[in-house]
Amino acid sequence: MTLLSVEALSKEFGGVHAVEDLSFAIHPGTIHSIIGPNGAGKTTLFNLITGIYTPTSGRIRLDDKDIAGRRPCELAALGMSRTFQNLQVFFNMTAVENVMVGHHLHLDRGLLASLLRLPAMVKRDRACRAHAVELLEFVGLSRYVNADAASMPYGALKRLEIARALAAKPRLLLLDEPAAGLNATESREIDEVIKKVAASGVTVVLVEHDMKMVMGISDHILVLNYGRKLAEGTPAEVRANPEVVAAYLGGQG
Amino acid sequence: MWKSPRTGGLGLLAILLAAAPLTFPNAYFYDVGVNALFNAVLCVGLNLLIGYGGQISLGHAGFFALGAYGTAILTGRYALPPVAAMLVAAGGVGLLAFVVGRPILKLKGHYLAMATLGIGIIIHIVLKTESWLTGGPDGIGVDPFHLAGLAVAGDQAWYWLAAGLLLLAVWLSLNLVDSPVGRALRAVHGSEVGAEVVGVDTARSKVLVFVVSAVFASLVGSLFAHKNAFITPDIGSFFRSIELVTMVVLGGMASTFGAVIGAVILTLLPQFLAAFEDYEAMVLGAIMMGTMIFMPKGLLPSLRLLLSKRRAA
Amino acid sequence: MFAEFLQYLFSGLTSGAIYALAGLGFAIIYNSSHVINFAQGEFIMIGGMATATMVAAGVPLPLAAALAVVATMAVGVALEKFAVEPARNADVTAIIIITIGASIFLRGAAQLLWNKEFHALAAFSGDTPLRVGGATLMPQSLWVMGVSVALIAMLWWFFNRTLFGKAMLATSYNRLAARLMGIPVKTVLMVAFALSALLGAVGGIVMTPITFTNYEAGIMLGLKGFSAAVLGGLGSGGGAIVGGLLVGVAEALASGYLSSAYKDAIAFVIILFVLFFMPSGLFGMKGTDRV
Repeated sequence: MTLLSVEALSKEFGGVHAVEDLSFAIHPGTIHSIIGPNGAGKTTLFNLITGIYTPTSGRIRLDDKDIAGRRPCELAALGMSRTFQNLQVFFNMTAVENVMVGHHLHLDRGLLASLLRLPAMVKRDRACRAHAVELLEFVGLSRYVNADAASMPYGALKRLEIARALAAKPRLLLLDEPAAGLNATESREIDEVIKKVAASGVTVVLVEHDMKMVMGISDHILVLNYGRKLAEGTPAEVRANPEVVAAYLGGQG
Repeated sequence: MWKSPRTGGLGLLAILLAAAPLTFPNAYFYDVGVNALFNAVLCVGLNLLIGYGGQISLGHAGFFALGAYGTAILTGRYALPPVAAMLVAAGGVGLLAFVVGRPILKLKGHYLAMATLGIGIIIHIVLKTESWLTGGPDGIGVDPFHLAGLAVAGDQAWYWLAAGLLLLAVWLSLNLVDSPVGRALRAVHGSEVGAEVVGVDTARSKVLVFVVSAVFASLVGSLFAHKNAFITPDIGSFFRSIELVTMVVLGGMASTFGAVIGAVILTLLPQFLAAFEDYEAMVLGAIMMGTMIFMPKGLLPSLRLLLSKRRAA
Repeated sequence: MFAEFLQYLFSGLTSGAIYALAGLGFAIIYNSSHVINFAQGEFIMIGGMATATMVAAGVPLPLAAALAVVATMAVGVALEKFAVEPARNADVTAIIIITIGASIFLRGAAQLLWNKEFHALAAFSGDTPLRVGGATLMPQSLWVMGVSVALIAMLWWFFNRTLFGKAMLATSYNRLAARLMGIPVKTVLMVAFALSALLGAVGGIVMTPITFTNYEAGIMLGLKGFSAAVLGGLGSGGGAIVGGLLVGVAEALASGYLSSAYKDAIAFVIILFVLFFMPSGLFGMKGTDRV
């Protein structure tokens, strides 16, 4: 039983084949990593899966439902959530407000209720806020609850995006380079968070360059090169694959 | 510190509105006051679009003018009661904003600005040209306003009506900002793609706030028409649209009370510059440039920042 | 029938040439700074008004024109130095308001310095109309088109044959890379504004004998010039020229055959049409955002 499957997926930009004839499957409850040199098409793949790009050809299926080309907000309703390589934090809001927006689909979105501040809406909003504070604790950001996102350090912002993505109660969470730009301690903290998320039942797919993290937490690894699948398998299998070593790992794994 | 901006700020506003007439040396000030309050309501609506939503509209005076003319024509030619006319006009403007908003709000930055500019100017030109309906550049008279048989006439009555309207508008705006819909809107401003991936329908969000702010403008336009008893197409000119944007930006974007302050300042300013009437344009232009260069966040947020720095020091 | 069409065509090409110059000015500034200069129309107005008042005071036309152009270029540079430069990191809304504020400021200053009256200039080579194909062509129209062509040729030579011109083009493609190559970006910006002012002023001067000028003349001209730039594709100089001519001719034809009352609306309908259906214009480049 697969959660997400990708078949013969291709994406072209002008003459550049960012992703070419890619096929793979992701099973629920696993931590799945996608690695490859820069320019291998990892972020493009993420953008295709999460509806930001439309494929040139090929299929993407979530629970056997065709989702290629659907808008990101629709995919969120189907249980998909993600973080970004280039932070897309709402810098004009506080940390807790950022996370509360993540909960958007589960809230009362009626205009009238909002304008008139109906008691039912207020009650749900308070619950939402409490839940957001919990999530901030979960990712280790309790001290930043009411801080302006614009004043938070980079490492904290990366965790904030994860908290926001979790607020959407996803079944499938895609993390685009969650450890990018972090030092060793911060990377370990993110590592812990990802493990906690996976333990809570969410399927995690991550793009990463930090090999230690990838080898340490992944159940399954997909290796891309020039937009094509180079190899896939367990960490041990991938580490041992000579093509992967040649193209990417180049020595110690 | 106020327990919440909602009750504290609203309370303060109510007190100021009630007390202001005590400072009026003569009845003329009621007229100026009403204009300032009308502009304030307009700007609270516009601020939702520009300040919180992060969009821009250089043609909003067009919606104001359509509300005014809609009311004038429906009550004059078709003898509709004023409240009905006002609502019909607002409905029409809302529909126009919806139809026009869907394609326009896909644009960003300069392109969005120019599209809204185009809409505003086209509305202005139509109002000037279709004189069989609108009276053309010479304008059109407007019947007085009455609410369920009770006539509203005289600047004093209008002042209290406008004050009540402003309190209502501020209350609605404050509610909206601190609600799921409001947060979603602010998120769209913060990062459209970030908002999309958590399920916010950004296109719908933008159109919604565009329509709401257009309806605000239309309602104010209708009331203005009745109060003034006479309107000309220039109430919908490009210059008027720019004035409104400047008011929002001057007072502070993403700040409901900032929008009110900006509107009041820029409406009162020409009164104080009456002696320098010739310099009015230069002063307005200088204010626009100066604010954006030195206080790009606007008056209220900049003051707040200054105060919090002092407190921290 | 054909004579009528030709008449509209001449009229359209004449105003189109002015829009082209204004649009080109927009393009030059936009390319080097990503600023839409709402005060572009004011450059046109200042050029025409300054020349007209000086000539009325007895200054010979060539000298008046030269002084007016220099004065306008000074205004352009001042605008860049005091209004645009300090706000270079501001967001789009702020910059738009700054240049709109500048245009209001300049208009107010013009009203004070001169007055609210319309000013005229004598046609450069007389009023005798020429007959072409049954239509009349004013000699001044030939001046407008001829001067425009000459200016555009000079600009082409500047951007493609001189080192500084090429440096300016480089800055428009990638500012950081240009700076790293040692190109003085600040100077490029000043020159961009000066050139735009030059284009506007000259356009204003050759146009004044036909349409007269007053302190408010800049508003519509600037906006129509913007329409030209958007139609051609923001950032494409050649596009702005084509766009200007198209806007001018479209205006004239619509005004002649449909309704003259809506003449001014044509340019804005064009803006909306372009923005809805082909936002990158005729010759602009399409971009994708990286996420």
